[in-house]
Amino acid sequence: MAKNDLIGGSIWEEYSQKVQDLMNNPQNMGEITEEEAKEKGLKLIVADFGAESCGDAVRLYWAVNEDTNVIEDAKFKSFGCGTAIASSDTMADLCKGKTVDEAVKITNIDVEHAMRDNPDTPAVPPQKMHCSVMAYDVIKAAAASYKGVDAESFETDIIVCECARVTLGTIKEVIKINDLHTVEEITNYTKAGAFCKSCVKPGGHEEKDYYLVDILKDTRAEMEMEKMSALADAKIAGTHSDIPFDDLTMVQKLKAVEAAIDKDIRPMLVMDGGNLEIVDIKDTDDGNTDIYIRYLGACHGCASSSTGTLFAIESVLKEECSEKIRVLPI
Amino acid sequence: MRVYLDNNATTMVDPKVFAKMEPYFVEMYGNPNSLHEFGSESHPALRRAMDQLYAGLNASDKDDIVITSCATESNNWVLKSIYNDYILNGEKDHIITSEVEHPAIISTCKFLETLGVKVTYLPVNEKGVIEVESLKKSITEKTALVTIMWANNETGMIFPIEEISNICKENNILFHSDAVQAVGKIPVDLQKIDIDFLSFSAHKFHGPKGVGGLYIKNSQPLTPLFHGGEHMGGRRSGTLNVAGIVGMGEALDIAVQNLDFEKNSVRKLRDKLEDEVLKLDDVFVVGTRDERTPNTILVSVKGIEGEAMLWDLNKNGIAASTGSACASEDLESNPVMEAIGAEADLAHTALRLSLSRFTTQEEIDYTVSILNDAVKRLRAISSTYSYAPDWHDSKL
Repeated sequence: MAKNDLIGGSIWEEYSQKVQDLMNNPQNMGEITEEEAKEKGLKLIVADFGAESCGDAVRLYWAVNEDTNVIEDAKFKSFGCGTAIASSDTMADLCKGKTVDEAVKITNIDVEHAMRDNPDTPAVPPQKMHCSVMAYDVIKAAAASYKGVDAESFETDIIVCECARVTLGTIKEVIKINDLHTVEEITNYTKAGAFCKSCVKPGGHEEKDYYLVDILKDTRAEMEMEKMSALADAKIAGTHSDIPFDDLTMVQKLKAVEAAIDKDIRPMLVMDGGNLEIVDIKDTDDGNTDIYIRYLGACHGCASSSTGTLFAIESVLKEECSEKIRVLPI
Repeated sequence: MRVYLDNNATTMVDPKVFAKMEPYFVEMYGNPNSLHEFGSESHPALRRAMDQLYAGLNASDKDDIVITSCATESNNWVLKSIYNDYILNGEKDHIITSEVEHPAIISTCKFLETLGVKVTYLPVNEKGVIEVESLKKSITEKTALVTIMWANNETGMIFPIEEISNICKENNILFHSDAVQAVGKIPVDLQKIDIDFLSFSAHKFHGPKGVGGLYIKNSQPLTPLFHGGEHMGGRRSGTLNVAGIVGMGEALDIAVQNLDFEKNSVRKLRDKLEDEVLKLDDVFVVGTRDERTPNTILVSVKGIEGEAMLWDLNKNGIAASTGSACASEDLESNPVMEAIGAEADLAHTALRLSLSRFTTQEEIDYTVSILNDAVKRLRAISSTYSYAPDWHDSKL
């Protein structure tokens, strides 16, 4: 929100001249009948996408040369707003002269770019990007019908934001690499969710399989798990070098201290017929970590247990774990 | 030719109203609260405007008509101060409204819900009107306020305000009505119908934008929304919008004098337009003609998405409106359309035509001809009316 957003503009002002011209006078609007296709020795393909009850629907007609797989002619009919009609028209135009395999590669972004007046200015306002997605989906439906396969088979990656064509993999990657915490950050990094906003959260213009809010939550949880498991691995390896002691959880601190005692302290005590156990571990308000220990066996009552031995234990733990450790015998 | 058929959104300022307002910008610009002559010279016009407003709504002299900046302010004031006075600082916890109110009511209710207020949104029938039985069932001992619009902005449907008022009085519950679409179009008599609070706005009845009002019965207590100087008897602070008030008074006066004209002449033109619209195939209009404000038609035109329809009309100089999702900034469809027209795809195919007393026969004839062309052109593009070979399994 800032100066340019305060007085809402008309979305029509953001349509490119090409979009307006196609809306007023679509070039490929119409039908191809069975008879017309047969006359030219071509195969008629009819594909539908969308539904009137959802606000937009398109029917695409292809006349395909079965020897070359080239789409010789393409027409459309569309229920939808001006940008839906212009997008359908552009889509039909882009199909013509291409083979079916080439046509499947046409994306909604190609459709939108083809409607731009100049390369740097979007042809439609962000919320209308959605209309070009339908144009892309109906091509897949037509190709699937021609090849006798499922439309899903043309899509190998899971697309979360169809307007900007951002995959699930990309979104998870940017969250992890950049340590993102909000959906706005995801949108800034990837453009996912910047257009029709259906993929941001449930309840938008269109129902989706994946929502950015859920992906963010799940990925953050995954990152947390990865961090924990890295810590556990570090403990097993006996190295905490990459994670500061102060950042560990209490359980992890306890384990780190136990490990240091096992390695450098307990063998010496045992040699003298003694031992120790950790009774408690506490983080104090002044930023120290207090470790309460109890001497066992020969150590119990030993004169050195509150002087030399204690200093030795404390200095080992300060060295191995943290400068802030204090050891308190009870 | 340019034809304005979006009068439920806003209206042209009546040139006679504008003429009355003009002296209060450059000649008599004093602050009416000042002691000097510059200030006091606007007083006669302000008093006259208040007389016009009280007469126009048939309010009693014991009542307050407080000038606000718009009906959105009036609605916010009632809801937020009822919350403050009866819920936060009282025993109540509940407000009843309908699901087809203007966003000034719905959004404010949603906000109050975040503060812990319980809100009931009454459903509407296929005509977009609430059933009084559902209102009766929703009332609890802790209901502080019922707020129901007098007429709906999208459909023009008039709500059973007298019955609702009676139910509220029987249950001793305060009643507010957002009467923005009723005032100036149909009779609003506040000594005949018992309403505690009523919001209205000048720009819906050929007055200026930026001025509205809140009627408060018997000058009953309601904590101000705007605190400040002692304007409007301390009820609503802010230097008086002198020209706006003068304009609103004059506009209401003229509108009330023209209520018969609305009922007869505007309605006749509306009905003629409706007759022509109904000659098209696959269309339906929400509500019967008698149940609506005399100027409004909400029609669903099958196979034509609302924004596309507006586009073709606009290209030919005709201004109308749609509740279609595709025409909104956020792609969210209009809840009124959703509430009443889910089955009929009204949410995508609605076209609202709203006339005014300035609409002419010639304009209607032109609109009918353009509308016919638009329907022909857009249905030719529409997939709803498209060829498919026998073997095609239609998914539309």
